[in-house]
Amino acid sequence: MSSLADQASQTQSEPVIQFRDVSLTVKGGRALVEHLRFEVARGETLVLLGRSGSGKTTTLKLINRLLEPSGGEILVEGKPGREWDAIELRRRIGYVIQESGLFPHFTVERNIALVPRLKGWPEEKTRARVRELLDLVGLDADVFANRYPRELSGGQRQRIGVARALAADPPIVLMDEPFGALDPLTRAELQREFAALSKRLNKSIVFVTHDIREAFLLASRIGLFKDGKLVVLATPKEFAESDDPEAKAFNDSLNTDLT
Amino acid sequence: MSLIDFLIRNRSEVLQLTLEHLLLVLVATGAAAVVGIPVGVVLTRKAALAKPVLAIANVLQTIPSLALFGFLIPILGSYGIGRLPAIIALFLYSLLPIIRNTFTGINGVDPAVREAARGMGMTDWQVLTQVELPLALNIIVAGVRVATVISVGTATIAAAIGAGGLGTYIFRGLRTVDRTLILAGAVPAAIMALGADFALGWIERILSPATVRVGAARKWLLGVGAAVVVMAVAYSFVSGALSGGGRRVIIGSKDFTESRILAELVAQEIEANTDIKVERAAELSGDLCHRELLAGQIDMYVEYTGTAFTAILKHKPISDPREVYDQVKRDYQSQFNVEWLEPLGFNNTFAILVRGVEARRLNLKTISDAARYASGWRAGFGQDFMSRQDGYPGFARTYGLKFSEPPREMDLSLSYQALAGGQVDLIAGNSTDGLIDKLGLFQLEDDRHYFPPYEAAPLVRRETLERYPQLAGAINRLAGKITNEQMRKLNYAIDAEKRDVTEVVREFLGQL
Repeated sequence: MSSLADQASQTQSEPVIQFRDVSLTVKGGRALVEHLRFEVARGETLVLLGRSGSGKTTTLKLINRLLEPSGGEILVEGKPGREWDAIELRRRIGYVIQESGLFPHFTVERNIALVPRLKGWPEEKTRARVRELLDLVGLDADVFANRYPRELSGGQRQRIGVARALAADPPIVLMDEPFGALDPLTRAELQREFAALSKRLNKSIVFVTHDIREAFLLASRIGLFKDGKLVVLATPKEFAESDDPEAKAFNDSLNTDLT
Repeated sequence: MSLIDFLIRNRSEVLQLTLEHLLLVLVATGAAAVVGIPVGVVLTRKAALAKPVLAIANVLQTIPSLALFGFLIPILGSYGIGRLPAIIALFLYSLLPIIRNTFTGINGVDPAVREAARGMGMTDWQVLTQVELPLALNIIVAGVRVATVISVGTATIAAAIGAGGLGTYIFRGLRTVDRTLILAGAVPAAIMALGADFALGWIERILSPATVRVGAARKWLLGVGAAVVVMAVAYSFVSGALSGGGRRVIIGSKDFTESRILAELVAQEIEANTDIKVERAAELSGDLCHRELLAGQIDMYVEYTGTAFTAILKHKPISDPREVYDQVKRDYQSQFNVEWLEPLGFNNTFAILVRGVEARRLNLKTISDAARYASGWRAGFGQDFMSRQDGYPGFARTYGLKFSEPPREMDLSLSYQALAGGQVDLIAGNSTDGLIDKLGLFQLEDDRHYFPPYEAAPLVRRETLERYPQLAGAINRLAGKITNEQMRKLNYAIDAEKRDVTEVVREFLGQL
């Protein structure tokens, strides 16, 4: 943890992720995302908001190189994406997806220990880390470590998914609608806990959602996507007052829901 | 005789054929798994290849098995018969289910799991070995299971090209219209298929990702499975290598009772009079014995002079036995480096048969004697006799025969019954057929020497005779020892009384 703190203080001013005019066009000329320009500062939670198919998940996958841009450049920790070894890069970036993506044939312990073991951590350290993380996401290690994913509830699975993403203490965490498939009560519970957790962790988090309430709850800043373009990038306060029609539509949906 | 009796009496042969069968299946499907699983994996990586490769595997599987064996014979040349082509054919049949299941199994892995694996920084190899293969394993095993069950069935047909196995009984049974024999091959094969299906189905369930806490069981199963396949492959190579050395000769036989008896006779005579070990090769159909002999896969078999003369050397049929024998002996020496030893005595040619009572009443000895009565008689002949070059048309012309109505075409074995029952009065059978005595039929002498001779004589590769100089002497002790009547009795003992060939031959040699 201390090395991370040193690293943080050295590069305090430098953004962790930079998108420099990034586009991704698929065969046939359709653009999934175009001309993306934004930065993610160290320790902030950037929420990418938008309708289905607006390009937010694509943007996320461009960061850990599950997708490669067809134009522009992405810098991670100051280094251009293509200069990173993709495998090395991904092991430095935590990744949580909607359906948890837990390995059904691995126990909870093995799922969480995945990246530390890929990185060749000593066994003792890995095991201690697994207990620490289970504790962090509010699950009793003695009860859950040896269970299989199918023996868990949806909420428990997502907690394990978060723990797995944090296992090797990555400076960056990408989250793709991690709470999207949960029932409303469990979702609300996990959102609250995660909001608290993210403040303690001091990670740079990029969080994809189509849920405006989730965005307001978690975001340092909100990036709004429409048709592959980033149309608004603002703090929640600014976002609530935005004139952009798409932002208005989202804000209105929030009001409608509340009444 | 009941199936159970048969299986108990012949248990050592049943066991041997079952093991041969199992070996064919294990080696073929094991090899198909070793090749098919990686191919299936590659197809998941190179989507463009998937369609053509699966299409080819599909087409391979639609080729009828006998046709596939037929294609392999010219391709493999001297290795075209026996175990190797059988294994290759079974291997090709096994590929499709294994490739397809590997392909669909891996593609069926939850995309979220695969994405998580990649996103977490697993290399392609790690994703494959730690995530995709373990999750697809039960579906891959299901493919192996289908392949194994198909192979157990198809392997029965491999007996036609001398690969042995339980099909040997089925083919023997089909030829002699013997239900017990057919069942003796089919029932153990069916049990083997069901057993394999059950065992692999059980493994499949254990390996299913839906079954939890199986880490250790999985490893154990994979280990045992791999060990069994490796042992089977090793055994097949070692046994092949071992049979190559030592003082031993391999004797082949054609796929009908008389040929099996004659091969066993020669084998026991060699064993009794020399210290050479004799290996009995599986039964071969058509001219496969001839091909195997030339290829050096077998050292000897018993052939008929007439068959060699017309079917192999393609001469026009002639009727003088001495002339035919001398001609084939000369031709085989110069063309094939194969020696004809002394004929065994009998002549298995067409036998013109009438009822024994009729022959005695009318004092018939020869076909010419009978020709005088033919205008009041009906005749029944097999399709073979009606159509072949040395068959009915020339026969009728030679003896000036005219029957009361055109001869009826009927199944050969039925014609015996029809004659005995009085539905017909004259038939053309085989002169060594056991039924002749059994039904009290009388063979008329071919006094105009119309039928070409089919004398049986052992054929041996010259190379083998040079290596074992004592061999010719030992085999020639049988020269002229077997009369037509004795051959009929031997055939009858096997075909009608269902006795064991080895035993019948031992008894016969003891009486000589």
